Amino acid sequence: MSLFNVFNISGSAMSAQSQRLNAVASNLANADSATSANGKPYKAKQVVFSAIPSNSPDASAVKVQKVVEDASPPRIVYDPKHPLANEQGYVTMPNVNVTEEMVNMISASRAYQNNVETMNAAKTMLLKTLTIGQN
Amino acid sequence: MLNSLDSALSFHQDALRIRGQRQELIAANIANADTPNYKARDIDFNAAMKSAMAGVSQDRFNTSKTSAQHLDGAPSSVPSGRPGEALFRPIMQNSVDGNTVDMDVERNQFADNAIRYEASLTMINSELKKMLSAIQG
Repeated sequence: MSLFNVFNISGSAMSAQSQRLNAVASNLANADSATSANGKPYKAKQVVFSAIPSNSPDASAVKVQKVVEDASPPRIVYDPKHPLANEQGYVTMPNVNVTEEMVNMISASRAYQNNVETMNAAKTMLLKTLTIGQN
Repeated sequence: MLNSLDSALSFHQDALRIRGQRQELIAANIANADTPNYKARDIDFNAAMKSAMAGVSQDRFNTSKTSAQHLDGAPSSVPSGRPGEALFRPIMQNSVDGNTVDMDVERNQFADNAIRYEASLTMINSELKKMLSAIQG
């Protein structure tokens, strides 16, 4: 039954988008974490989406294939008073681009809302289908 | 008798099935709006409906005949179940990640398809009502 599959597809997209939102939250929270468990500055995380086959042959669901570390260079800040500053007085800060992350956040949240609406529409259609011949 | 009841409803049944499939495909497009290299897909409803209707009238029960005077089997009332062929949407604007989902088009088609699905449901309901009033007088 194809309409029921909409729940699987939209559900997979919702969980993928919320993982993306999670990565954004982690990046924004650590935008100024100059050090981490391995002693290096925090690196921005990005999710990679991939289409996966669903119950029906043509329609594909989504999943987060992997979480990659952003390869962009770290931000170098001149702050001689910082305990992590090198001999020249520069501190290596995370490579989080706050503007990019805010855009990412809005995009993820809108995509999530779209999928919620898709699911609601499918639900309305199925409920209406159940009333065939009842009046 | 039962056959004519069935044929009265089979058109809308096919329409509902294809609309359901189309809704699923558009939901998949919306779900994959951010997936790199995903290509948006859709069903040509007109073509799918035509092939579904042709399928119903052609699929006959194959009865083995031992005499030339034997009748042919009745047209199959079983829906052909053949899915509409999923095609790829033409690209309006290229995107850097190779994704061809245009959210405006998808939302548009999604709402359109949902309304048409409900229209088919209403048709089925009124068809049933008509039959009931014919039976009950």
